[in-house]
Amino acid sequence: MPEIKNYTLNFGPQHPAAHGVLRLVLEMDGEVIERADPHIGLLHRGTEKLAETKPYNQTIGYMDRLDYISMMCNEHGYVMAIEKLLDLEIPERAKYIRVMFDEITRILNHLMWIATHALDVGAMTMFLYAFREREDLLDLYEAVSGARMHAGYYRPGGVARDLPDSMPQYLESRWRSKKEAARLNENRQGTLLDFTEDFTRRFPTYLDEYETLLTDNRIWKQRTVGIGVVSEERAYQLGFTGPMLRGSGVEWDLRKKQPYEVYDRMDFDIPVGTNGDCYDRYLVRMEEMRQSNGIIIQCIEWLRENPGIVMTENHKVAAPRREVIKADMEGLIHHFKLFTEGYTLPVGEVYAAIEHPKGELGVYLVSDGSNKPYRLKIRTTGFAHLSAMNEMATGHMLADVVAIIGTQDIVFGDVDR
Amino acid sequence: MSNSKQQLADSLRSHFGDRLASVSLEFAEVTAVLPADNLIEVATELRDNKDFGFEQMVDLCGVDYSQFGQAEWQTDDASRVGFSRGVDAAATMGRMQFGDELESSAEQGSRFAVAYQLLSYSTNRRLRLKVYASDDNFPVVPTVTEVWNCADWYEREAFDLFGILFSGHPDLRRILTDYGFVGHPFRKDFPLVGNVEMRYDPEKGRVIYEPVSIEPRVLVPKVIRQDNRYIVDQQDEADSDA
Repeated sequence: MPEIKNYTLNFGPQHPAAHGVLRLVLEMDGEVIERADPHIGLLHRGTEKLAETKPYNQTIGYMDRLDYISMMCNEHGYVMAIEKLLDLEIPERAKYIRVMFDEITRILNHLMWIATHALDVGAMTMFLYAFREREDLLDLYEAVSGARMHAGYYRPGGVARDLPDSMPQYLESRWRSKKEAARLNENRQGTLLDFTEDFTRRFPTYLDEYETLLTDNRIWKQRTVGIGVVSEERAYQLGFTGPMLRGSGVEWDLRKKQPYEVYDRMDFDIPVGTNGDCYDRYLVRMEEMRQSNGIIIQCIEWLRENPGIVMTENHKVAAPRREVIKADMEGLIHHFKLFTEGYTLPVGEVYAAIEHPKGELGVYLVSDGSNKPYRLKIRTTGFAHLSAMNEMATGHMLADVVAIIGTQDIVFGDVDR
Repeated sequence: MSNSKQQLADSLRSHFGDRLASVSLEFAEVTAVLPADNLIEVATELRDNKDFGFEQMVDLCGVDYSQFGQAEWQTDDASRVGFSRGVDAAATMGRMQFGDELESSAEQGSRFAVAYQLLSYSTNRRLRLKVYASDDNFPVVPTVTEVWNCADWYEREAFDLFGILFSGHPDLRRILTDYGFVGHPFRKDFPLVGNVEMRYDPEKGRVIYEPVSIEPRVLVPKVIRQDNRYIVDQQDEADSDA
């Protein structure tokens, strides 16, 4: 009888299914995983340390780059921590804008997740479809902040500027005919809200398309049902949050349970799984996209009818308007102090948590009363989820590791910070 | 909401008594400070006792308090000097130059702390535990991996970045820094630009490490203001206490 030995397989860091720079050292018995040891940190940029050397507002840009497919939600957690420490009330309209963009970001994130997860498991079409929809949402980011990804839109005290009255238009070019440009511009004639509303009308149909492709697909089910099963008990122990926790049957959503901004006025449901496997988590996330779509519609209605300021008028934190700076000494001083030194926070520590698309994003902020954070700890979801990789993958086949990485929705900016 | 937090603080005080060093309610968050020796016992009870029910440890992180409350620009004196303080190095008072070392901390107490953020799903409450490591040169805190399994990686991270040791941890390796990294980068005395830089040496045909060639720059100095908004708050509190 031939002697069979366990061997060690190095998966990544340059592997298309590793979602970035994951290095997995897998101990295999034939094709079965005996132990998975993720090596992370290849994308560690020391964001938390960098934040300690900069005034508060200058760190917002780094937040976008943590989980770089749900940018605005990261900013949200950070500015909420600052606002909590300052005890700062933000304008109503800014709250609605934040909620709307949080949900847009959730759809963005879940589209990216379904695209890559399905691609890893072998469904190429999903990838192309999901990127088509992402394009519209990234256009919303661009219209509101000028940047397609790293927006820097949320600020302590509100959001950087109000929603624009017009959408950027496609221009005729060598590779885009006049007719093609006109077709693309068709739903971009109105305001940003009109374009968003148009998207929310189209999006449920797109979701149905995805479900047609996947939900009853035999191959998809074979690859996800019963894979990476996590019980409710273990989900708590492993630090799961967000869809990973809900997939295991825990009805928990910070938007409902510890509402922030205006989520308590929104009407939406929390989807919950029963088996805690990859397939249930897939169903949970698909339903979350539908719910997010509904929240966006509710925000659009409110935002249409309630114009107003989007930034606090507390000029110790937010800069005054340009005209004020030119005409008023006080305004000039505020502007000068804010942009040379920033603002100082009271001594203390807070932990602010939001329901990030991937789970709970927590920002633990220790302030010693200066204009820079003394210690900033970002609790990202990917870190906790990836640490459960060993437990989830053990006993499964090598190909299932890919499905598990996909279902965990790992993004390395998020894990390594 | 604040009522339930006050209740949590009160029940922590009455239930654990002097096993907790202090319980405070600040910024609508409950923080319990406790000695390292009691950590495991208290943590287990917080998880298993139905009144508390902290099923999950959401986050664990280290904090280095060695430069807490130290500014890079002493505004009290420097403000009298006038505009030249920013331009002329010789006349500068209180402003740190590149490469200056901050004085060692005047703060009382330990240098390293570990903060645990707990979340109870059954009672929908949050709690922060804080443990100070008693020895600054050899900070050790017992591991909570047995109580909350997800602490594994978080403790590895705190060890990697701060050099805090977790006694009883099953696998205390570095996690975020490079293989063979020297030092603990999130300590306040570790320079932002690091100590070594790496490049490929074509002559030796391998990657080599050299001392860093760049200098750290402080673009905006760290400033602590005697902010009247926060001072008023404290006086109000004193008034209401009296």
